[in-house]
Amino acid sequence: MDFDELYQEIILDHYKRPRNCGVLPPPATRGSGFNPACGDEVTVFVQQSPEGKIQSVSFQAQACAICTASTSLMTLQLKGITREEALALQRKFIDFLTKEGPGDGLGNLRALGGVRKFPQRLKCATLGWHALEAALNG
Amino acid sequence: MTAPTLAERFREDFPILDQTVHGKPLAYLDNAASTQHPVEVIEEISRYYRESHANVHRGLHALSSRATELYEHARQRVAAYLNSESSESIVFTRGTTEAINLVACAWGDRLKPDDGILLTEMEHHANLIPWQMAARRTGAKLHFLAVNGDEGQVDWTRLESVLEQQPIRILALTHISNSLGCINPVAEVCRIARKHGVTTLIDAAQSAGHMPLDVQAIGCDFLAFSGHKCCGPTGIGVLYGRKELLDQMPPYQTGGEMIVSVNFEGAEWKPAPHRFEAGTPHIAGAIGLGAALDYLDSVGRKEIQENDHYFGRQAAARLREIPELRLLGPAGERAGIVSFQLGKIHAHDVVAFADQQGIALRGGHHCNQPLIRKLGLIATARASFYFYNTETELDRLVRVLHSAIAYFG
Repeated sequence: MDFDELYQEIILDHYKRPRNCGVLPPPATRGSGFNPACGDEVTVFVQQSPEGKIQSVSFQAQACAICTASTSLMTLQLKGITREEALALQRKFIDFLTKEGPGDGLGNLRALGGVRKFPQRLKCATLGWHALEAALNG
Repeated sequence: MTAPTLAERFREDFPILDQTVHGKPLAYLDNAASTQHPVEVIEEISRYYRESHANVHRGLHALSSRATELYEHARQRVAAYLNSESSESIVFTRGTTEAINLVACAWGDRLKPDDGILLTEMEHHANLIPWQMAARRTGAKLHFLAVNGDEGQVDWTRLESVLEQQPIRILALTHISNSLGCINPVAEVCRIARKHGVTTLIDAAQSAGHMPLDVQAIGCDFLAFSGHKCCGPTGIGVLYGRKELLDQMPPYQTGGEMIVSVNFEGAEWKPAPHRFEAGTPHIAGAIGLGAALDYLDSVGRKEIQENDHYFGRQAAARLREIPELRLLGPAGERAGIVSFQLGKIHAHDVVAFADQQGIALRGGHHCNQPLIRKLGLIATARASFYFYNTETELDRLVRVLHSAIAYFG
């Protein structure tokens, strides 16, 4: 059923027990995403090493299950990669949701694929990723 | 408390309600956003397009005069529905939003720096942002009557002192709050405002299709509502204005239809209401609205109001029994609107979950963002009832909320 495809077990798990939840103090950079349609807000914190690799990442969200789970799953795939690799992952994820992209290398993030059938929830699934981009640019 | 029987008698007039969604019978509980259409309205619009369509007012041929007659008849129908003294007080607009923008511009431009605009904190964005813009244009100041606590009542006893202490020129308030479901005492408020020489505007978007409305008894200067929230089409709405006020106001939009004479340097306006209806209006919309108002009067507006209050009370009582649920709105009498936060579950998840069971709810800030934030919320889920809704649908709502807690909890 479409609904259970949207709210897969792993999504409910990350919604109920979000990983890497919290604040990273400066010098970690932060970025926020805001959805004016529902008032949802996500802030992502990124700590990068001098070599330009992501050392740690966390987030805070007041958001729906899809948004919270997408952001939580995202944080698990960022450690040890560079800014450019993270942005490439973001593009691949958004293409997967919007352009039927293959989603190779997205791992558990593929669980968000149910969003394709609920285009009104696309913003929910990508809000944390826009916050990540802002944090990487901050 | 006996259950009303309106749904038994009138539900079958609404063909759209007889369908399944995701394999479940549709329970349409998003009536505060838009109501559905009885066959009478659909047929009337269809008949107009099949038999009588032409442009209004300027043609001399048979179809044009027929269309004009139907359009102006609709205006008279609205005037009677509101007990307006004259149909010249009735301006057709695109909806409540355009009606309020019209007043905020055409009336609002007389405001001077530091003149006061008084609103409540429960206003829909449509009765807030036009006034923010008017204040920005003229230097007038916005003042707000506070909404306190989850019950969301305005402390109306403060009204006199605000009007005494501040140079308020206009008071614009909603009749029924779309997010709280509370019913404001508009006649009493307008009486006090009039005593202080303050102009009044009532946002009747949530009340016009739900109860008897009498602009003379309310004593307001302006009143606005939308067709699509009272069984009529989208894209049509009404501004009622006291005729002498309307005639003092400059046009809001300009163009064809609204002038007496034009030369290359200037133009002379028609009197109200045509002054405010530049361009070809939504003729079919006005005719469809007229049919909708006929239909509502055949159902009985007093009966619709009692039905609303019954479902409002019942829904509030049943929802309060859910321990995790935080209900907004008054403890006592309320409209058929219940807005709530279900545990920690986000409103979008509640709405998506209910949708899978065929139940149409709304989730978000309901164009009430400042108020929802003041209450410490981001978004709420909302169920809103109309006279075609049934007790069975209320039962299904309660069940789906319990299931949602189990699913997301």
